[in-house]
Amino acid sequence: MRHLSWDRIISIVVILPSVLAIGVFVYGFIAWSGWVSLSNWDGLRPDLSWAGFGNYARLFATPRFQIDIRNTIVFTISFLAACIVLGLGLAILLDQGVRGENVFRSLFLFPMAISFIVTGVTWRWLLAPGDPATGRLTGVNVLLNGLNLPLSQWYTDPTVLYIRPTGEFGQFLVRIGLGFLATPNFGIPVAMFSIVIAATWQMSGYVMAMYLAGLRGIPEELREAARVDGADEWQVYRHIVLPLLRPITLSVVIILGHISLKIFDLVAAMSKKGPGFATDVPAYFMFETTFQGDHYAQGASIAIFLLLSVSLLVIPYLIYSTRREAEL
Amino acid sequence: MSRHTLWSLLSLVLVAAMLLSACAPPTPAPAATPTPAAPPPAEKKLEIFSWWTTGGEAAGLLRLFEMYNQKFPDVEIINATVAGGAGFEAKPALKARMLGGDPPDSFQVHMGRELIDTWVTTGYMEPLDDLFKEEGWEKVFPPGVLEIISYNGSYWSVPVNIHRANVLWYNKKVFEANGWKPPATFDEFFTLAEAMKAKGITPLALGDVGIWASTHLFEVILAGTLGAEKYNGLWTGQTDWNGPEVKQALETMAKMLEYANPDHSALSWDQANDLVIQGKAGMTIMGDWVDADNLAKGFADSGWAPPPGTQGIFVALSDTFGLPKKAPHPEQVREWLRLVGSKAGQEAFNPVKGSICARNDCDPKLFGPYLQSAIQDWAKDAIVPSLAHGAAASESWVTLINDVMTVFVTDRDVAKAQAGLAQACKDAGVCK
Repeated sequence: MRHLSWDRIISIVVILPSVLAIGVFVYGFIAWSGWVSLSNWDGLRPDLSWAGFGNYARLFATPRFQIDIRNTIVFTISFLAACIVLGLGLAILLDQGVRGENVFRSLFLFPMAISFIVTGVTWRWLLAPGDPATGRLTGVNVLLNGLNLPLSQWYTDPTVLYIRPTGEFGQFLVRIGLGFLATPNFGIPVAMFSIVIAATWQMSGYVMAMYLAGLRGIPEELREAARVDGADEWQVYRHIVLPLLRPITLSVVIILGHISLKIFDLVAAMSKKGPGFATDVPAYFMFETTFQGDHYAQGASIAIFLLLSVSLLVIPYLIYSTRREAEL
Repeated sequence: MSRHTLWSLLSLVLVAAMLLSACAPPTPAPAATPTPAAPPPAEKKLEIFSWWTTGGEAAGLLRLFEMYNQKFPDVEIINATVAGGAGFEAKPALKARMLGGDPPDSFQVHMGRELIDTWVTTGYMEPLDDLFKEEGWEKVFPPGVLEIISYNGSYWSVPVNIHRANVLWYNKKVFEANGWKPPATFDEFFTLAEAMKAKGITPLALGDVGIWASTHLFEVILAGTLGAEKYNGLWTGQTDWNGPEVKQALETMAKMLEYANPDHSALSWDQANDLVIQGKAGMTIMGDWVDADNLAKGFADSGWAPPPGTQGIFVALSDTFGLPKKAPHPEQVREWLRLVGSKAGQEAFNPVKGSICARNDCDPKLFGPYLQSAIQDWAKDAIVPSLAHGAAASESWVTLINDVMTVFVTDRDVAKAQAGLAQACKDAGVCK
């Protein structure tokens, strides 16, 4: 250790409280959850005797958790895709120098200022399916009905789209030993798209803002140079603009990805676990199993699973960005 | 700062954090040794925790508060409520407070396994034997109720009301116009359901947002299929969950769901009742809080009957109040419990809340026509505990059954559901 100058001591003293607080309240509690997840704590009374990885084995064997993983994957992919397409589209449109750009930018950004709970409640009302048999309709279904479009059951739709094992492709999968793919656990729950709509409504403005910043960072000379070389507008975007936006896309994927893996409040406010767990997510399962079912060790194992899945996304990104910083 | 310093600092912090987290939360003392009550604090307050926030239940609670304040004007009552039917939002909030060592003075809790398995066996409650003796409650509460609220030879909470879970509600006007009668058997139910369907009426209104209403429907079908004795055996491990009767009950439920409104998972029980009130649906199977809902909505044409197969069976649940250890104001709580268990208190609370007295000496004239019929049934029917409302099984068991029901109401796979129910009984430690 080099000599401690007065400056250095002051800087340590200044950051010490926050380092301590984070150490205890973040890392300490992560360690605590990890420990609980390996214990036999079932019921209100803490029981920290060693259980090994039994809780994790049981968790992955639980039908509800298998469904949750399916839902998270479906949600993450469609939410990211919708946000990126919409956000990028809006950003490119705004980047054309429309009049009143500030107004539009703020309008699209505003939903982000609302909490997921408010979004969830509002969209629960908007997407309430009503009962088509008795003509008792509300929200978006009134609109669809007026336009003579087919009505949707939205977040109350128990349908899961999956490859039928009796169908031609399903039989083929069974024959080559991939029969497990032709089960509802590898299907797409239709109800999840209602959650995707609400989440996209809230977050796509934010993605737009990020892309807009990215677009403004691309020097006009580069585009001009491409045009001089004979590229049409589509080629300019395809070969110049989009490749230069790649770091932005990566940031978007990381930021939205960890939101979507941990999503709880939106689902809790909108549809909870949904019919047949069609909109259930690991975080909601964790809440119910821990605080309603008193299965604390089981709940902690879900928490640790969530942490690990988010770190799979975030840690490579951190390594990548620290390397880049070092290079610059 | 050099890398070295940073890392040694960080690891120091981590070690400190782990040491801190190693200090386990205080383990509560076993239930058998009650701690002496804390000395009364200078400030007189009473915090009552419940999920009674709407309509009659909130009004009933406020009436109790008024009566309390008439007797003890210097006590400030704190009304701590968390909204949500069947308490599914309130209970996690309560657990956070209890485990955090900050219990309310007294809290609403369902009588039966919910109280015993969650709070009594874990040592969070004070026994109330002295109160029961002083007030002579052993004579006025029915023996069946006394049995459900006791554990290890002590009483742990004071029941304020009794609700009936197995009631079939229908719209009298619609039934009279079509010459229908409430069904007494499941066969009659399905014949009637077909007739209703032909008239364009949804036969069964169901609102199972949060799933408990489906579990509720299932418990009523179970009681109607198995009868009182075998139904009780489900909760002690004497009736086989893999048996043919449970299978039959699941099959009946699957068939019933075909006659339910398709948007049931988006509605709450009171919205389902609205369908009956509007004549859009024929019947709904729900607890007798529907009566209070009907009264509040000014609906006078409501008819009621025991659901198929449950004639002579009273599936009961009860709200009770107890005294947590470490309650900040135990003296005020004892007075509160005296009021809650008293004849005057129960007669003031129950007609408003839409439930009957847990005591058997209340004046029936104070109650409306439905409740008067419930009082008569309460006196003569076989009393069995409700599953969905915490009387029959521990909360962790109910949570597991709720999970099975969530899948069952959509895929209606009887074999899978039955296997899930049998496994839940094992996981709950009741079946082997």
